Amino acid sequence: MSRINWFKYSSPQTFYPLAGKLVPVFYALAIVLAAVGLYLSFFVAPTDFQQGEAYRIIFVHVPAAWMSMVIYLAMAGWAALGLALNARLSGMMAQALAPTGAMFTFLALVTGSLWGKPMWGAWWVWDARLTSELILLFLYIGFIALQASFDDPRRADRAGALLAIVGAVNVPIIYFSVKWWSTLHQGATISMTAAPKMANTMLTGMLLMSLAFWAYTIAIVLVRVRCIILERERRADWVAELTEGKA
Amino acid sequence: MHWDSVHAFFNMGGYAFYVWGSFGLTLLAVVWEVVGLSQRRKQAIRVIKQASLLKQAGVEQTY
Repeated sequence: MSRINWFKYSSPQTFYPLAGKLVPVFYALAIVLAAVGLYLSFFVAPTDFQQGEAYRIIFVHVPAAWMSMVIYLAMAGWAALGLALNARLSGMMAQALAPTGAMFTFLALVTGSLWGKPMWGAWWVWDARLTSELILLFLYIGFIALQASFDDPRRADRAGALLAIVGAVNVPIIYFSVKWWSTLHQGATISMTAAPKMANTMLTGMLLMSLAFWAYTIAIVLVRVRCIILERERRADWVAELTEGKA
Repeated sequence: MHWDSVHAFFNMGGYAFYVWGSFGLTLLAVVWEVVGLSQRRKQAIRVIKQASLLKQAGVEQTY
C-alpha cells in the first residue's frame, strides 16, 4: 500500500483539483442520505405521544444545531493550524467554513423558534441554550466581518484565527448549557453515557439527516474553498492556465 | 405508513406551518447557498480571464 503524502495537498494548487473531484461524491452522498432520512422522518418515525407531529422539526433542528457547533470547532481548528504552521490553505478552509456554519446556526435558531412557539408558547426565551447559540451566530458574523475588513488575506487570516480560537469556549457552553443551568430547552437527545431517550426509527432518521448535513457541509465548503483559492491566487500562473480551457 | 390521507400528511396534525416552515427554510437556505456559490465561482473565473486577456494585450494591471 502506498502512503499518501498529506503535505502534498496542503498547497492550494494541488488541493484545488482534489477538492473538485470530491465535491460530486459528497453531493451525491448528501442527496442519498437526505432522501432516506426524510423518508424515515415523515413516513416511518411514529407520532410523538406528547408533541404530536410537531416533534418532526427535530429532524432538521438537531442536525442543524450539531453542525453549527461542529463547523465552529472545525473552523477554529483550521484557524489554529494556520496560525501554527503559517499555511495558506488552513486560513482558506477556516474562511470557507464560516458562512455555512453561520447558516446552520441561523437554521438551528429559526427551526427552534418554530418548534418553541407551539410547544412552549413562545418564539424566543432568554434561556442558556438559546442565548449561547445566539452568541455562536454573532461569533460567526464577527469572524466573517473581521476577515472582510482586511485587504491583505494573510492578515485577515491571522486576525480571524484569534477570534475563532477565543470564541471556541462558547461551544462547550452551548453543549452543556442544558445541564449547567435550569432551562426550558430539553436535555440532550443522545448522550454518550445513557441509552437514547427516543424510538429507534426516530433516532435513525435523525442520524441519517445529520450525516446528510455532514456530507452537504463537506461538499459546499469544498466548493467555497475552491472559489477562495481562485480569488486569492488569481495572479498565479497555474490559475490562469486552469481557466484557459474554459469558454 | 401512518398517514390516512394526503391532506393529513400536509396538515401535520395541525402543525403544518411549524413543520413545513422548518423544512422549507432549511431547503431554501441550501438552495440559496448552492446558487450563490455557483455565481461566485463564475465571477472569479471571469476576473481571471479578463486579467489574462489584458496581460496578453500587454496592459499592466496594478490591483
